[in-house]
Amino acid sequence: MTSALSDVTSAPRIPGLRAAGTGLEARGIHAWFGKHHALADVSLDFAPGTVTALIGPSGCGKSTFIRTLNRMHEFIPSAAMAGEVLLDGKDVYAPGVDVTKIRLQIGMVFQKPNPFPSMTIGENVLSGLKLAQLKVENKDDLLEECLERAGLWKEVKDRLSAHGGSLSGGQQQRLCIARALAVKPQVLLMDEPCSALDPGSTLRIEETIRQLSETMTIVIVTHNMQQAARVSDYTAFFLSDGGPGQMVEVAPTTEIFSRPKDKRTEDYVTGRFG
Amino acid sequence: MSTVKPMAPWKASKRDRLRDALIFLATAVFTFAVVEVTELKGKLAYFALFLISYSVATAALSFFKYGATTAKDSAVKVIIAGGALLTVLPIFSILATIIQKGYKGIKLNIFTSDMSLATPTDPLTNGGLLHAILGTLILVFVALILSVPIGILTALYLTEIKGKFTRPIRFLVQAMSGVPSIVAGLFILSAVIYPITKANSGLMGSLALTILMIPTVARTSEEVLNLIPQDLREAGTALGGTQWRTVAMIVLPAAKSGLITAMILGVARIAGETAPLLLLTGGGDRINGNPFNDPMGSLPFYIWKSFNAGSEEAITRAWAGLLVLVLLVLLLFTTARFLSTRKVSR
Amino acid sequence: MTTAPAPREITTQPRRSDRIFRRVVTAGGLSSLAILGLITTFLGYRGFEILWNEGLSFITGADWTVSYDESNNVIDSNFGLGAMLVGTILCAFVAVVIALPISVAMSLFLNFYAPQWLKKILVTVIDMMAAFPSILFGIWGFLVLMPSAEYWGKLLNKYLGWIPFFEVNPYIFTRSPFVAGVVLAIMIIPIITSVSREVFSQAPLDRIQAAYALGATRWAMIKAVVIPHGRSGVIGGAMLGLGRAMGETVAVYTVLNIVFQINWHVLLGAGGNVASLIVLRFGEATPYEIKALMAAGLVLFGLTLLVNALADIIIKRTGKSGR
Repeated sequence: MTSALSDVTSAPRIPGLRAAGTGLEARGIHAWFGKHHALADVSLDFAPGTVTALIGPSGCGKSTFIRTLNRMHEFIPSAAMAGEVLLDGKDVYAPGVDVTKIRLQIGMVFQKPNPFPSMTIGENVLSGLKLAQLKVENKDDLLEECLERAGLWKEVKDRLSAHGGSLSGGQQQRLCIARALAVKPQVLLMDEPCSALDPGSTLRIEETIRQLSETMTIVIVTHNMQQAARVSDYTAFFLSDGGPGQMVEVAPTTEIFSRPKDKRTEDYVTGRFG
Repeated sequence: MSTVKPMAPWKASKRDRLRDALIFLATAVFTFAVVEVTELKGKLAYFALFLISYSVATAALSFFKYGATTAKDSAVKVIIAGGALLTVLPIFSILATIIQKGYKGIKLNIFTSDMSLATPTDPLTNGGLLHAILGTLILVFVALILSVPIGILTALYLTEIKGKFTRPIRFLVQAMSGVPSIVAGLFILSAVIYPITKANSGLMGSLALTILMIPTVARTSEEVLNLIPQDLREAGTALGGTQWRTVAMIVLPAAKSGLITAMILGVARIAGETAPLLLLTGGGDRINGNPFNDPMGSLPFYIWKSFNAGSEEAITRAWAGLLVLVLLVLLLFTTARFLSTRKVSR
Repeated sequence: MTTAPAPREITTQPRRSDRIFRRVVTAGGLSSLAILGLITTFLGYRGFEILWNEGLSFITGADWTVSYDESNNVIDSNFGLGAMLVGTILCAFVAVVIALPISVAMSLFLNFYAPQWLKKILVTVIDMMAAFPSILFGIWGFLVLMPSAEYWGKLLNKYLGWIPFFEVNPYIFTRSPFVAGVVLAIMIIPIITSVSREVFSQAPLDRIQAAYALGATRWAMIKAVVIPHGRSGVIGGAMLGLGRAMGETVAVYTVLNIVFQINWHVLLGAGGNVASLIVLRFGEATPYEIKALMAAGLVLFGLTLLVNALADIIIKRTGKSGR
């Protein structure tokens, strides 16, 4: 386990070298909850095949931002937004866009593991196909592939028909990752995926994230700066000074943690507040 | 900075709304045309045809725009909304019928006289339902006095004492709310009238209504008392208060408006109850203010009797009685709503 | 190394006022037990003679006749509740079959489709409907709904008449169990709706979001998350509605044509209902027949108690599982 950790930290990756998956581009994103202006003017590029970490103190709008990317923001009744999110160059908020197709292409993993309680492990992984009524040739292969990529195959291959709730928290979260992978998204959003997990499970998931980034674009919200340093190519720092949350700075992760341009970023990453 | 306007791109745009309205209109026209031309007829035909064609139309639109999955979603949405509409239609039909038929029977004299000198088939200017209103008020009042202490004590047992009987009592209260009203009537008949009083009276009716009212009061009060924060109770005990004093001086006053709501909902539950009164009160036509002696009239009994008399005047009387009864129930209901929403907003 | 001390026993000696308080409240709490017990005892005591004489044929028989000589002695009596029990079950069954899908649609609409303002109005309207007196449903059903319901019955018979259940012979549709079932359905919709609205609203939000994030449409989400979560709660609500429909008296009496003959044909204008029988016979019943009515009341009481108990168990189970 510790060797896995040293692996991650000792080999800082050079961003932009690989190009896999599809990029995502946020342009001038604002978000409101009723009258409350939660997020102002965030523009951020997510290059294909990169891992971008969003860090910042709580209440700075990073979770709100990530939820505007796959249009989960609109489930809050009073929510509003402005700006554009471009997936493969096309605005996901354009009129006439089928929102369910957007969410198929931009998958999401949530803070707390949330497998469907009425389904078995196998059914959970393939549930996205059922929900979106997609057809696949060979379900068993897909099941194995997704669980393999989520790093769960070895642990559950003999009990695929057990219920999802019988797994540990960390295993459940990896099950949720496998579930998100099964619909073949190009982008994966992760909203503090490890905040409810123990350190061991956290490491397993970080390993999974690194492997996944070879084939897809990943955006991860985290409150854990070491985690951002371990898994991401780029890091964006969000902050709210009482008003709406804003993005203070985005740069390659090594730079953010070694020589941040903004004083506030430096204060945060060196642990002076937050 | 604030030049950016909040938008909700996921909501329907003006053009979308116009398009939806057009589809709605076109489907309505289509439905009317089909019902006119073909052999289909009646309300059912209108409703079913409109629902089906509207769901097909919206589904077709979604299909061409987004594909099969979304089309199914749109069709289901129309069907579910149709189901919701189906719930609301009878209520409006009932309200409309009562108002339309009942207002003819509302004359000034019905509020000032009883039926002691009139028969149900007399013209409406003869007689009235004063005795029935008075009777219902007395019946409900006596039932209120009897059931509220028992109901609230039950709720206090469930929320404050939480003894070993908590689960069975909660179940029994639930079971009691399912007791058919006629069974409550038979019970009072067999347990009180035959062995003891051997005569009908208002009190007998009230006893049966009490049985029906206790579960409503108990369950609503339990919900209200559960909303009182636990720290309030602990604060009371920590100040050295006994449990009795804490409940009497802190918990119950804090829950006051909720408990009043519980009482009102209980009254609304029993005010229109008919079956046990048919067995127990004797249903007099004369004003009788004494619940312990002599038959006592009531609105449900009056409506029942008038309706079964069958003549046109009698049925108009029944509708007028229903209008008065429903207004009474709605008044109580609205008061309860008002009190409970005020409690929440606090 | 000292051994851990044995835990002290904590004893509290409540003050006298508290002891009295607890006793009074406990007594009040046990009143529901007392009332239900007394109902059983008294109805049983009054109805015992009939139950003993008739035996099983009180449940299975369909005749309800009693004859007296000049001095009012009973010559011959036949009390069979069979037709009424069949009718009770038939009407209540029709009511639940009609009310259940409508209520489920309504509660899904309220939770997942209706905008906030509409939801508030509709919830008020439905609660209001639950407070309407049953005699109102009866009279409205008789004068307004019955012509339409008869027409629907004829349609059913025309297209589904080949199924024995929908057979009508002789050709009489007026005041059938079907019509009574429609009226009862309208009465129990608020009950089933409020229970299912409650269980649907408890569907876990994170699972709902997970389904949406996987590209589910609203309906696909409901099928995958909400229905599995709420299924047993909805069934429990339907059982509550069933219990209410079986015990209903006045509305059924007004609409239904009560005939002492076992009839399983739902559209035929002949039916029965235990509660309505009691009202029907009570007026001219002799003391002897009243005993039979008490026994009928006891049977009805037992039946509703059973259905309510099942409902309670089923609803409780939802609260525990599905998390």
